[in-house]
Amino acid sequence: MISSAIIPRPLAKLPWRLIFLVLGIAGFGLIVLYSAAGGSVRPWAIKQAVVFMAFLAIAVSMSWMKESTIKAIAFPLYAVTLVMLVGVEGLGFVSKGARRWLDLGPIRLQPSEFMKPAIVLTLARFYELVPAAEIRKWRAIWPALALLGVPAALILVQPDLGTCIMVLLCGVTVMFLAGLPWWVFAGPAAAVGVAAPIVYSMMHGYQRKRIDVFLDPEGDPLGAGYHIAQSKIAIGSGGIWGKGFLHGSQSHLQYLPEGHTDFVFATMAEEWGLVGGVILICAFAAVIHWGMRVSQNARTRFGQLAAAGLSATIFFYVSINLLMVMGLAPVVGVPLPLVSFGGSAVMTVMLCLGLLMALERQQRTVSRLI
Amino acid sequence: MKHMRITTAHQSLTFSRRMMLLGGAEAVVGGVLIGRMGWLAIAQNEKYQLLSESNRVQLIPVPPRRGWIIDRNGKPIAINKASFRVDLIPQQIVDGPKIIAELQQLMNLPPDEVERITRELAASRGFQPVSVGDNVPYEQYAAITVRLPDLPGVAASRGFTRFYPGGSTVGQLVGYVGAASVTEYERENKNPLLLIPGVKIGKEGLEQTMESTLRGEPGGQRVEVTARGKLVKELDPKPDRSGRTVQLTIDSDLHQYAARRIGDQSCSVVVLDVTNGDILAMPSMPSFDPNNFSDGISKNEWKMLSGDDHLPLVDKALESLYPSGSTIKPSMAMALLNAGVDRKQKVNCTGAFQLGNHTFHCDKRHGPVDMDAAVVHSCDVYFYSMCLRVGAERLSPMIRSMGFGEKFDLPFDNQRYGTIPDPDWMMRKYHRKWQGYDTVNMSIGQGMVLINPMQLAVMASRLATGKKVIPRLLTSQPVAPQAHLEVDQDHLDFIRKAMWGVVDHGTAAGAKLPLDGIQMAGKTGTAQTHNLSASERGDYTAANWKLRDHSLFMAFVPFNNPRYAAAAIVEHGGFGAAVAAPLIRDTLLFLYDKQKALAALQAFEQGIGGTLEERLARKTAAWRSANGLAPVTAKQG
Repeated sequence: MISSAIIPRPLAKLPWRLIFLVLGIAGFGLIVLYSAAGGSVRPWAIKQAVVFMAFLAIAVSMSWMKESTIKAIAFPLYAVTLVMLVGVEGLGFVSKGARRWLDLGPIRLQPSEFMKPAIVLTLARFYELVPAAEIRKWRAIWPALALLGVPAALILVQPDLGTCIMVLLCGVTVMFLAGLPWWVFAGPAAAVGVAAPIVYSMMHGYQRKRIDVFLDPEGDPLGAGYHIAQSKIAIGSGGIWGKGFLHGSQSHLQYLPEGHTDFVFATMAEEWGLVGGVILICAFAAVIHWGMRVSQNARTRFGQLAAAGLSATIFFYVSINLLMVMGLAPVVGVPLPLVSFGGSAVMTVMLCLGLLMALERQQRTVSRLI
Repeated sequence: MKHMRITTAHQSLTFSRRMMLLGGAEAVVGGVLIGRMGWLAIAQNEKYQLLSESNRVQLIPVPPRRGWIIDRNGKPIAINKASFRVDLIPQQIVDGPKIIAELQQLMNLPPDEVERITRELAASRGFQPVSVGDNVPYEQYAAITVRLPDLPGVAASRGFTRFYPGGSTVGQLVGYVGAASVTEYERENKNPLLLIPGVKIGKEGLEQTMESTLRGEPGGQRVEVTARGKLVKELDPKPDRSGRTVQLTIDSDLHQYAARRIGDQSCSVVVLDVTNGDILAMPSMPSFDPNNFSDGISKNEWKMLSGDDHLPLVDKALESLYPSGSTIKPSMAMALLNAGVDRKQKVNCTGAFQLGNHTFHCDKRHGPVDMDAAVVHSCDVYFYSMCLRVGAERLSPMIRSMGFGEKFDLPFDNQRYGTIPDPDWMMRKYHRKWQGYDTVNMSIGQGMVLINPMQLAVMASRLATGKKVIPRLLTSQPVAPQAHLEVDQDHLDFIRKAMWGVVDHGTAAGAKLPLDGIQMAGKTGTAQTHNLSASERGDYTAANWKLRDHSLFMAFVPFNNPRYAAAAIVEHGGFGAAVAAPLIRDTLLFLYDKQKALAALQAFEQGIGGTLEERLARKTAAWRSANGLAPVTAKQG
């Protein structure tokens, strides 16, 4: 290979296809943030670029981790995150009505973000330890439910419904792939159907309102339904080719709320149209597909489950956000990874990708450039 | 171990299967997302583009200038004056009482106004501006403009105020304008124009009935605005179209003259041009000053107006009904002639008339009177007796054809038309048979007979011309063709001669026109409102004002070639000849000799204590002190 002759070996061994994809998505995101700020790198694009590059570097360096190391840190990582979640309840500070952050001097930490990869690794590790014969027994089920349920409950009371759902979905995906019997999933699904009205009655005012609005967004177009209504207007008015870069009136005249964070996709779609949206969705699909391939090629059960769970994490991130932005899901506050402004989502996704790259490195000896 | 290996293989198979399931589900979600986006961006693109555009572009309505109301000579009756104004936008107010206190200090607001603003603020909806001041002097406007950042909810702007040069003399004619109320706003399908501070709509009178003509079309400044309402840039504006001018047949000089000449009476005067029915004047006094209404009226002012027993809030020319009294007699005589009564036949008036066990009185003992004398000296007994002979069925149609009880198409709401009774009507309305005393009562315009002053003026003009004169107020309305009345020219000449006699040597002999060659013909009327004894009737100062008779007079000039007709009904004015006749004389004199008429007015006003404005100011001060209120400080601006 010519490339390997020119490029140093360690660099050539990186999964370049994935890195280019991620660079492409993040680069596009920066362009959108530049426009969302009214044609300025401040205040969002420049910060986002710095954060992204830092976490990309971390992810790339993580790719040299051995699978055994990942295995070894799975439980400790989970334990530490759980302790931090408890700490948030006691010491965390409240912002926007929720207690989510730990203030550690220069950085603010949102422990619930770490829980997404942590729960995947922990459950993957747990099911690796469970003998195949035991998989359909109660002993293989209740520890996983406890491992999943405790952090999910802690996150729910913060309250952070979006992250709670994400953590649950990631955990359940790993449990599903581990081969638990069907009734484990069918039963709770039925139970949720029954319990939904009860949970609804116990929800916080703003959470309940979001669900009301999702069910009937036209009912309150100037109040709580405003987000979804304006987001649909932005996407719908973009048409096939969009209104053109820096020409989105919905975002520039501030009709679209959160146009640089949760609703960044609407900002993008208004200016780049259906074409931009499809390209972005396909790019994410390619990243997820790459992660699924890592899972299928994994030689160990831990590698299989962990890689599948991590790529599912990215999938849930993207799909929940897009379903929400397009008015197909309630507004639960899940950002679009790599595009939305904000460090947390970038961190989580880059941690997932770093772990996936590490698992992928175990599966091959030569780099495949493009 | 063997069992274990099989399950490991089985496990790996399960994993692959479930992996495919997961991948499939993910692909489905991806497909749904792309499909949904395509639906929004392609199928519903048009709808959302429209919504996005209506988000981006907003129309700030620019209120049109209200059309003028002018008189027949182009003299202004209602016009617009450039002014500065200050409003409160309830939605944006943080601390209401503090803002009002600050405005009170900045603008020297009298306590009455503060009370009005507080009341309107409490009653208003968030979007509806409350006017603080319409005609704010420039110094105060400037003082508020510089403090605007510290006064959230206060809006200072330049605009137009409605101005009525005639003041209270035109109050009942034009009505007044005011900011739209919540119900008016909702009735117009939430027309955003009505929310703009300073936009006034007609509330009463012509301002209300001619609203569609006067309002015009609002223009609009199309602007691009952010979600927070910040203006980004201005787009091409849509020009506004001013309201159209409404020209009246009114001669505003004559109208004002008549209004002033009414003095302190509760009265309405109507003057018509008999050649085409043009209403030259129709003041109803006392009245309100519409200039005071246009920036909201204070509670005290309103209380004073609505508590006044001279009814300044009623347009007496069209809304008030009175017994016609003896003014009905010329038409009644016409009806008698039509029925074949010999005008030379005499009736002996003994001052009383017996019908059954009831005695009907005449105001004096006239002796033997023929028809001419009965009209000239207003003998009741003659009409009692003759009308009983002919019967009501043959009288009422003639009275109606002369204009009593007739509906006229004039641009006013709340017109009332009165009644000319007949046996059929009595049966329909009161379910009883017509009796002889009904005929007796009707013969002198009492009983069930009710008319308004406009109808009385129309009757005078029809007697003057023998044609069906129809009044009109708007020059835009075509002159109604005047059909000949079904009367004998000989009868008509006779009646006109008798009416000339009334002024020449009859009951109204004291009200001759001081002009050479122009003579007036007329008929007095005194309409009873209560049964007073003869002695009380003579001594008006003793009787409670409310119990006195109404004083009526109708006339036309010149007698030999009629041009103008006029009528006045003075509420509780007393004897017709004493009050209403001189009033009509001076009003008609104004049409021929302004100098003499104005001199007469001056003498009249001196006799009753000064000009209209002086008397009104005194009246207000008296009312305020009687109600324990501080005197009004000179109004700002």
